[in-house]
Amino acid sequence: MSLANALKKLRPGYRPSPGAGLAEDEEAFRFLTLGELMWRKFARNRVAVLSAIVLMIFYLVMVLADFFAPYDMNHAHSDYLYCPPQVLRFVDEQGRFSPRPFVYPLKGERDLKTFRFVYKEDRTRKAYIHFFVQGDPYRVFGRELKLRFIGVQEGTLFLLGTDVRGRDQLSRIIMGSRISLTLGLAGVAISVFLGSVIGTVSGFYGGRLDDVIQRIIEFLRSFPTLPLWMALSAALPPDWPSHLVYLGIVVVLSFIGWTGLAREVRGKILALRETDYVLAAAGTGASASRLIFVHMIPSVASHIMVVATLSIPGMILGESALSFLGLGIKPPLTSWGLLLSQAQRVEVMRLYPWMLAPGVFISIVVLAFNFLGDGLRDAIDPFS
Amino acid sequence: MLGFILRRLASMVPLLIVISIVCFLIIQLPPGDWVTNYATQLYQMGETTSEEILDALRRQYGLGQPVYVQYWKWISGFPRGDFGVSMAYGNRPVSVLIGERFLLTVGISLATLVISWGIAIPIGVYSATHKYGLADYALSFVALVGVAIPSFLLALALLFVSVFFFNSPTVGGLFSPQYADAPWSLAKLVDFLKHLPIPLLVIGLGGTAGTMRVMRGNLLDILDMQFIQTARAKGLKERVVIWKHAVRIAINPLISRLGMYFPELFAGTVIVSIVLDLPTIGPMFLRALQGQDMYLAGTILFFSAALLIVGNLVADVVLALTDPRIRYD
Repeated sequence: MSLANALKKLRPGYRPSPGAGLAEDEEAFRFLTLGELMWRKFARNRVAVLSAIVLMIFYLVMVLADFFAPYDMNHAHSDYLYCPPQVLRFVDEQGRFSPRPFVYPLKGERDLKTFRFVYKEDRTRKAYIHFFVQGDPYRVFGRELKLRFIGVQEGTLFLLGTDVRGRDQLSRIIMGSRISLTLGLAGVAISVFLGSVIGTVSGFYGGRLDDVIQRIIEFLRSFPTLPLWMALSAALPPDWPSHLVYLGIVVVLSFIGWTGLAREVRGKILALRETDYVLAAAGTGASASRLIFVHMIPSVASHIMVVATLSIPGMILGESALSFLGLGIKPPLTSWGLLLSQAQRVEVMRLYPWMLAPGVFISIVVLAFNFLGDGLRDAIDPFS
Repeated sequence: MLGFILRRLASMVPLLIVISIVCFLIIQLPPGDWVTNYATQLYQMGETTSEEILDALRRQYGLGQPVYVQYWKWISGFPRGDFGVSMAYGNRPVSVLIGERFLLTVGISLATLVISWGIAIPIGVYSATHKYGLADYALSFVALVGVAIPSFLLALALLFVSVFFFNSPTVGGLFSPQYADAPWSLAKLVDFLKHLPIPLLVIGLGGTAGTMRVMRGNLLDILDMQFIQTARAKGLKERVVIWKHAVRIAINPLISRLGMYFPELFAGTVIVSIVLDLPTIGPMFLRALQGQDMYLAGTILFFSAALLIVGNLVADVVLALTDPRIRYD
């Protein structure tokens, strides 16, 4: 493939400028398509790649949540209320190393002064961790399964402690990820759809329509985000079943979410509309839909993808904040924000700090999406 | 300048009217009204009420009337400073309820803004003037993580740290129980000041990372400019070059972000206020929403939107005052 052909594939409207550092790299990128260049640039960004891997793990665990959760998320271990996390160990009291991790079983006693349960490790016995064990039953496609990833033969396995009713925190966090991790994606999907359609229409047709759309966007953005989200989600009827509430929250979050994207897309389309290649296409009699879908959308697509990735964290946080305030996801479903709301009181934080664990998970996911988005943003412009 | 302000104010009026209508409609959205909500609450507590009482309550608050009548009743009081009455807070006027908490809310918000900027700007300047130094890398990394971590989680984390390590009884609330309802006295003031640092730090540090990043980025851009080179060339002290020439310009984007901070004054910091049990407007808004206390919730929502618009105007005016290049005429 010749250099000219390779360049043709790079970017529509790209004109090689003589001597712009191409000579020395010529050998290296002669055979690379734009996609390969982007991939290379992305792969060089270690933080972004690491974030992508972390997110993939989170989403894998989410899909197989029943399997990875040690217990049923509603299984209340009534003898283990507010039980602290059990430490996973490889080395026992005598300093002997065991390749199979184990935990010490816990014994609960009521402290007669404070009336709280106090848990002591029973150091004489070891509960070894087993993989692919039979645990609490769950249903997959109507079939009842009992296979769980990890478990112990005797005693309990609470790697992140238990809550007020003795339910395993880790299991609840893993099951809650089904809400927390998908809600952001769903919200962004709606925002991207609305934002790119409205943004494209606004930018492409311009004129009065553009004016009206821009005024509507300005109007929506004149509301501060959190109070508007709160008011809208308070408007969801309280007797709605959980899955409708879930949809409702998605709609609430994308209610303002699309405006930012619509603005960005509009700006890009406005700029593209005047480029030579689009004018040339228009000059040869291409229809509006052909101009939009064949010529313009492909060159904004990568940009949309980046903006979408970077707006996922905001959605995840929005859901957490709403659920935290009691305006979002409701039991029996659970989400990270809802789990975190148990740690709302300072006393709980002081006595049972492991109730803050969902916050750590939210932070990791939000950070990972931010880093991934930054990496993608750098990668879609591999020449900078 | 005055003409510009007047024109902007005039153009705000129709916008505010539309905003008030939308606010009212949003608040009206939930099915049922405050009375049904109230009846459910009573029912859960094991009490029953007769339909007559509920109807009487509805009549008293005019809840049975069409939406536009209720809206007119609400909006027509605005010029008189009458925003209706709160049903959940024992029939008290909304203006009084908001007024009670307004001073504290604004005070806390302003103090946290000062703290946040007071920390962020010097660090941002240091980071920019020591570009690519070890400290700059460390600070930039901290800021990057700080930006990514949501402010309410950061607040929880800071709270956790302060609860765990300082373990002081003054975490949570702004007053000790014995002073909560007492009139102001020296002892109450001391107690108040003891409670103050943690909320201020927790809220203040939340926005610090973002401000610092903006400050560093702007200053780096400005420091490359020719007038800085000129200032150095004519022998000015580095301190003067940085603080008087560069920072003065680099701070402008922060000022234009100030407008976004205005609604925070009102309903922002909801989550931190709830966790820390601060008597600000945020928790009241949440309670009003949950109880369908529509005049209270609607008024707070309206004011937070109105403040965003006013805030943007104020930011534009301040920007024009600090940056001589900006003219509005």
